[in-house]
Amino acid sequence: MMKLSALQQSYLNRRPGSFRGAAPLDSSADGAIKSPAAVFWLVLHGLCCLISLVLGFRFSRLVFFFIFSTSVTTNTNHFMAPFRQLTTTTTAADVALDLPSNPVGDAALNGTRVVVGRHGIRIRPWPHPDPIEVMKAHQIIERVQREQRNQFVVKNPRTVIAVTPTYVRTFQTLHLTGVVHSLMLVPYDVMWIVVEAGGVTNETAAIISKSGVKTIHIGVDEKMPNTWEGRHKLEAKMRLRALRVVREKRLDGIVMFADDSNVHSMELFDEIQSTNWFGAVSIGILAHSGGAEELSSFAAVEKEVEEKEKKQAIPVQGPACNASSKLAGWHTFDTQPYEGNNAIFIDDRATVLPMKMEWAGFVLNSRLLWKDVEDKPHWSRDLDSVVDDDIESPLSLLKDPSMVEPLGSCGKQVLLWWLRVEARADSKFPAG
Amino acid sequence: MEIRNCVFALILCHAAFVSCAVGLGRNPPTERISGSAGDVLEDDPVGRLKVFVYELPSKYNKKILQKDQRCLNHMFAAEIYMHRFLLSSPVRTLNPAEADWFYTPVYTTCDLTPNGLPLPFKSPRMMRSAIQLISSNWPYWNRTEGADHFFVVPHDFGACFHYQEEKAIERGILTMLRRATLVQTFGQRNHVCLKEGSITVPPYAPPQKMQSHLIPEKTPRAIFVYFRGLFYDVGNDPEGGYYARGARAAVWENFKDNPLFDISTEHPTTYYEDMQRAVFCLCPLGWAPWSPRLVEAVVFGCIPVIIADDIVLPFADAIPWEEIGVFVDEKDVPNLDTILTSIPPETILRKQRLLANPSMKQAMLFPQPAQPGDAFHQVLNGLARKLPHDKSIYLAPGQKVLNWTAGPVGDLKPW
Repeated sequence: MMKLSALQQSYLNRRPGSFRGAAPLDSSADGAIKSPAAVFWLVLHGLCCLISLVLGFRFSRLVFFFIFSTSVTTNTNHFMAPFRQLTTTTTAADVALDLPSNPVGDAALNGTRVVVGRHGIRIRPWPHPDPIEVMKAHQIIERVQREQRNQFVVKNPRTVIAVTPTYVRTFQTLHLTGVVHSLMLVPYDVMWIVVEAGGVTNETAAIISKSGVKTIHIGVDEKMPNTWEGRHKLEAKMRLRALRVVREKRLDGIVMFADDSNVHSMELFDEIQSTNWFGAVSIGILAHSGGAEELSSFAAVEKEVEEKEKKQAIPVQGPACNASSKLAGWHTFDTQPYEGNNAIFIDDRATVLPMKMEWAGFVLNSRLLWKDVEDKPHWSRDLDSVVDDDIESPLSLLKDPSMVEPLGSCGKQVLLWWLRVEARADSKFPAG
Repeated sequence: MEIRNCVFALILCHAAFVSCAVGLGRNPPTERISGSAGDVLEDDPVGRLKVFVYELPSKYNKKILQKDQRCLNHMFAAEIYMHRFLLSSPVRTLNPAEADWFYTPVYTTCDLTPNGLPLPFKSPRMMRSAIQLISSNWPYWNRTEGADHFFVVPHDFGACFHYQEEKAIERGILTMLRRATLVQTFGQRNHVCLKEGSITVPPYAPPQKMQSHLIPEKTPRAIFVYFRGLFYDVGNDPEGGYYARGARAAVWENFKDNPLFDISTEHPTTYYEDMQRAVFCLCPLGWAPWSPRLVEAVVFGCIPVIIADDIVLPFADAIPWEEIGVFVDEKDVPNLDTILTSIPPETILRKQRLLANPSMKQAMLFPQPAQPGDAFHQVLNGLARKLPHDKSIYLAPGQKVLNWTAGPVGDLKPW
């Protein structure tokens, strides 16, 4: 909206608080007899005030513009007001005699000028964003952000070796695709070892081939049992199988356990790069109630739970540090409120409880698993000496569990979320 | 011999390793700042000059402060903190015979309206009264008529003692201060109120408040241009054209619908945090050319875009402002987006590196207690660079150069 005002305002003192336009004075206000000219100006001024009141803007400028514009020619460089003097008072005569300068409304000029005040406001002909400039600005922002990220980038990043135990079931596509997407976003090299219960299947192979990362797909002949306890045991065996593959192939990198229904944040992958030998991260436990039918009875239990655990919003499992940021112990999930109400079978509509120490909360340097490595720390056990049946968490791989490094600002950052959701045994995942 | 060589080589290797290790750490890259005076931001003024602080009656300083404690927090607080700093600084000397510079602690910017704005109407009389006092009680003023004295005058137009530019120009610098060195925030080339040899300082910005609003450096800078403040001064100049010489209104009219420009008149609580998420911060002139936005932009790493023709920025001889900020002429404001997007990214990254230099941020602040490299020390450095005094400033006994009765009649009334 361009203001086409023409009347040049005379500059008045800037008084803090008020700034009024020129008011034509009645020059002979004290006399009873008023001169006709003064009366005329008074009447005109009153009329103008009334009309402005009705219309809502000072139309006197418009009037002067129309009266004087025909006679004055444009001067493209006529920017400044003709007078620089300060005038402390104005009279009606001055107002009438103010020479308006033509508005520089010609779009062909470099810029338009709203002629107000002494300096005017410069507005260009098309005061809207130019798409090319916007593009360039975004490129600048992208470059600045890249530079910012580079300050915090990990030097010498190591390959992330993700170990995922899985088996064919209704929600496998759902969960595994989540892991696929997480791994695709990892900015480092990824080697994905997928261990499948019940042997290698085409369904699983189809899902993991979409990831685009290097995968090793192994099958374990045993079928997945339908109890949670059995599942935990078999998954532990499957993970050990994957660790043996790491050992055999002498894969170099950092081993992390990406369970297929867990949710991983991208910061997790940045944080584990700083692992020396064996690290632990905090997991947020999303233990949820079962189905709708159980809701009413569960609501009663939930209230109890709420009262007991008012302080903790979401339970977290992970390392606990003392004041000097050294590992002091472990936060674990309190299963007591869920006693007797937890799911036994995989498709039970009840709360699924995590194990005492989830595998997903630990990361280890793959060199810990290698044979014949000289600088392996003395507090780690050799993989061959581990018997399959008694291993519950990777801590069994260590002789001295106090050597675990707490990651994520000493366990204060929750970098991944544990979740177990499985469908009823007879349901089918939609095809396609 | 060989053992010594081995040890030497070992030390070198260790030094190289340490410097590499430091480089691998998560520190933002910075660049050294060297202005026209050289690498002087980190100079230590102690030992290079001696300052004598006149003991004025408390009606000139303490009593004024007692009347209104708000003076400690507003942007003119530098005069008070400078006094406190000098009282306990190692450059202070109690023996005026050996002093190079003389400081008069008079708080001229502490007469506040209920809104908190300082009124300059009594300041000339206050200053004049103080000078009369020091000239009659000590011989050092008359020796040079103030040429080796310095005063802190942080108000809008410095020692012109008025908030309105036309009035300030009309008054000019207070006659008695015409030979002294002025430490002021105002700086504009070819202006009556900027004297040759003045030291320009940044306005006071509360350092604790800014420190408490820092966000992690990892936060990506996603705002292109940021500004919060008035575009039209509705109380005094509703149509525009006088306030900021029309520059702020031009910014608004040209860029109000541009998504790259995050500009508005709001007062958000996240003002400091937002500045840390922006690449450019506009620092346009207002009624006076300087503004605390410059300090805030430097502290928060946002490149200042200075829209004020002929402005003289703080410590201009020590800080190369051309390399750190972007200067845009007021007539080029409609093309601001073209100007900013045509800056090559390498230049922008370099400016950010210069801003990340901690000595740069420190030089803009007035922390309590004073820290090395802060604005207090930069003022002392500036004073030290003016030494030794030229022999011509010393007047013959009884010789008078200044006209003590010049100026508006109202100034001559005693305070």
